[in-house]
Amino acid sequence: MDVFLQLTLNGLTLGSVYALIALGYSLVYGILKLLNFAHGDVFTVGAFVGFGALQLLGGVAHPAVPIWLLLVLITLAAMAVCAVLGVAIERFAYRPLRDAPRIAPLISALGVSFFLAYSLQLLFGADQRDYDAFNLGSGVLFMTGFTIPGTEVRVPLLRIVVILCAFALMVVLWLLVTRTKTGKAMTATSIDREAAAMMGINVDRVIVFAFVLGSALAGAAGVLFGLRAPFYPSLGFLVGLKGFTAAVIGGIGSIPGAMAGGLILGFAEAYTQGYVSTRWSDLIVFVILVTFMLFRPQGLFGKADIKKV
Amino acid sequence: MSDERDDTQPTGPALGKDEWVARFGANRVRRSGALGVLEQRLATVSWWAWLTLFVAVIAALPLGIESGYVRRVAFDTVVLMLLALGLNIVVGWGGLLDLGFVAFYGVGAYAYALLASDHSGIHLPSILLIPLVAVIGALAGWLVGLPSRRLLGDYLAIVTLFFFQIFLTVTNNGDNVFGASITNGPNGLLNIDPLSFFGWTIPRSTSEGLFNVAYIYVALAFFGVVYVALRFVNESRTGRAWRSLREDPLAAEMMGMPVNRLKLLAFAFGAGVAALTGTFASALNGSVFPQNFEFPLLITVYTIVILGGQGSQVGVVLGAVIVSVLLEVLRDANDARSLFYVALVLGLYGAFRASTRLVVVLGGTIVLGFVLRTVAGAIDGSWTAGTAEDAGRAAHLAAEWVIVPLEPARWLAPAAYLVLVTLVLGLTLVGGRLRLAALVPTLYLAAFVWENVLLAKPEATRYIVIGVILVGLMIVRPNGLLGEKRVEIV
Repeated sequence: MDVFLQLTLNGLTLGSVYALIALGYSLVYGILKLLNFAHGDVFTVGAFVGFGALQLLGGVAHPAVPIWLLLVLITLAAMAVCAVLGVAIERFAYRPLRDAPRIAPLISALGVSFFLAYSLQLLFGADQRDYDAFNLGSGVLFMTGFTIPGTEVRVPLLRIVVILCAFALMVVLWLLVTRTKTGKAMTATSIDREAAAMMGINVDRVIVFAFVLGSALAGAAGVLFGLRAPFYPSLGFLVGLKGFTAAVIGGIGSIPGAMAGGLILGFAEAYTQGYVSTRWSDLIVFVILVTFMLFRPQGLFGKADIKKV
Repeated sequence: MSDERDDTQPTGPALGKDEWVARFGANRVRRSGALGVLEQRLATVSWWAWLTLFVAVIAALPLGIESGYVRRVAFDTVVLMLLALGLNIVVGWGGLLDLGFVAFYGVGAYAYALLASDHSGIHLPSILLIPLVAVIGALAGWLVGLPSRRLLGDYLAIVTLFFFQIFLTVTNNGDNVFGASITNGPNGLLNIDPLSFFGWTIPRSTSEGLFNVAYIYVALAFFGVVYVALRFVNESRTGRAWRSLREDPLAAEMMGMPVNRLKLLAFAFGAGVAALTGTFASALNGSVFPQNFEFPLLITVYTIVILGGQGSQVGVVLGAVIVSVLLEVLRDANDARSLFYVALVLGLYGAFRASTRLVVVLGGTIVLGFVLRTVAGAIDGSWTAGTAEDAGRAAHLAAEWVIVPLEPARWLAPAAYLVLVTLVLGLTLVGGRLRLAALVPTLYLAAFVWENVLLAKPEATRYIVIGVILVGLMIVRPNGLLGEKRVEIV
């Protein structure tokens, strides 16, 4: 039972990070029908920016501001830089190709992903880095926390912060998309871009907005990931792939779907690592994906795509 | 190789083309003067003559040069040419995005390694094994394409990308499958048999320990066979069907084409070629490792196909030669430096031709360089006291002009790089005088970054250049050097 609870906790933490990444894929796919392969690398950039901001604020040993403010600041820095990066990627790599054959922006996206990963390697080296969160504020993130009653499973503060932060961001996104005018414009654009344009919606702005939201979430995910695990320039490929799987499982283009998909993926990975083997967990994840694609290609929350001629 | 071009001047609107297209075509058909005559003469040379010439040139290359390095590069280039031909089937003709292509190359290499090495104890003769592996690869391609039968285009990209990841997971963790070692994990498979035909074993290196030229010939022979075979396939019914599938899958389906079967066929063909390439690459290396088949190779092959021109066999072969040489040149700081300045000047010439603007920009950049360097040197001597990467004559010349700090501050490299990227992207947004004026500092900053940041880390630089080429080509010239220009008809 203890093991199961511990694994559930692991899955929840991992899954909430995947869900954040999946949301970025889903937002962009919903509107542009484009698989943004560079999204995983935006996530890595977020992790690096957060790391840089942490150093600027005095590093782990002597932070210039209180811990909670430090965490907020590095997350905001990563979100802001990634949002700008996302807009730049859209403007320079995807917009010129919007009317090209479908394969063209996909290949451009591959190039951008490659460019970002190797630019990071050029500037920061290929080595692993981590935030050293263990020593942050003499270990407050790990020392405090609580034990689940009746078990030996401890929940350190760090996990609570990661999970709460991820879910808070998702709620904010949900409100933005469903309650604001721009959000409604996004929904309209994703249903039918041409009709939306005819109704006076500025489609370009909506697309930029989707990239801003998605990339900012990826930046936040990068920081949340970096707080718990080491990261390196080429990490984006694998993590992006998983975020993307989560989006597909949930139904690509659907926001609740991306959240559900992220959590499912997180749990699947955690349980496989705990009960089967750590080395084969990726394989299990992929098998789940292929099964989904074969039997329910539209995902959990997606609608079947009917092509009209 | 430009045998497809008809050399008759169209007199009126051709059948099925409107008048504008015909006139536009006529403008390009003939060049005047000696160059035009030469072009016409060359156009009449048939494709197999060109192919023979090309193969002969590559075959003659290693004969005169007793360098293992050059031979190795020549071999790797032929491997890249074959991979590009394979990917061209899927991407260029089929119009499908296959992100697992390199995994099929890996499947071929591993299949050869498992069926001809001490590791498994099986030693099949090459003459049997090579076709067998090609079939295994094609079958794998067919199987991977199978789930995409019901899925739309994008999902195909996902399934293949996952197949790629599964391949890497399996090869990396295959050293312990229920206790048995199949792929030997990251340590790879060693002691793979060299190629042997009818009892003749082709050793990997000559008696002096030099790279054995015979392997280049084997690779070239495969290249020739695959090239010709694919050319025939392309001109067959299937080839035409693939192209119609690429242009409009829906219309193709309406015309009664078996779309799914065609897609699977393109996949299987591409995978088969990749697996075939894997066999002799693995026989030459004598070992296979999972890290030989990672993401950078995939992007490199994609860049080759896009650069050469999707759909053009000649194009992708040329693309392979260009990219392979480019990657080698970027390894060495001195060559990379020369390449950078030559490319810069050529690029400017291409943009401005021989005009006053060219003189202004070039002259302005050179003057700006000397002025900035003198000012920087006067403020602090250490700013210009650094030595350029890999000292040589060109390095000294470059260091006289570009600021090379002795011990640059840690923030300098990232800052300069980021400002450069921003400036270059910004240049695409502005026009006229402003662009001309902004070009000068951008060029100088580019030289500064090249000397101080990029040359210091060739491994990252090589792939950044590849990534930039890929994105730039997709936007500026998606049909590459020799590809067919695709017109979207609405």
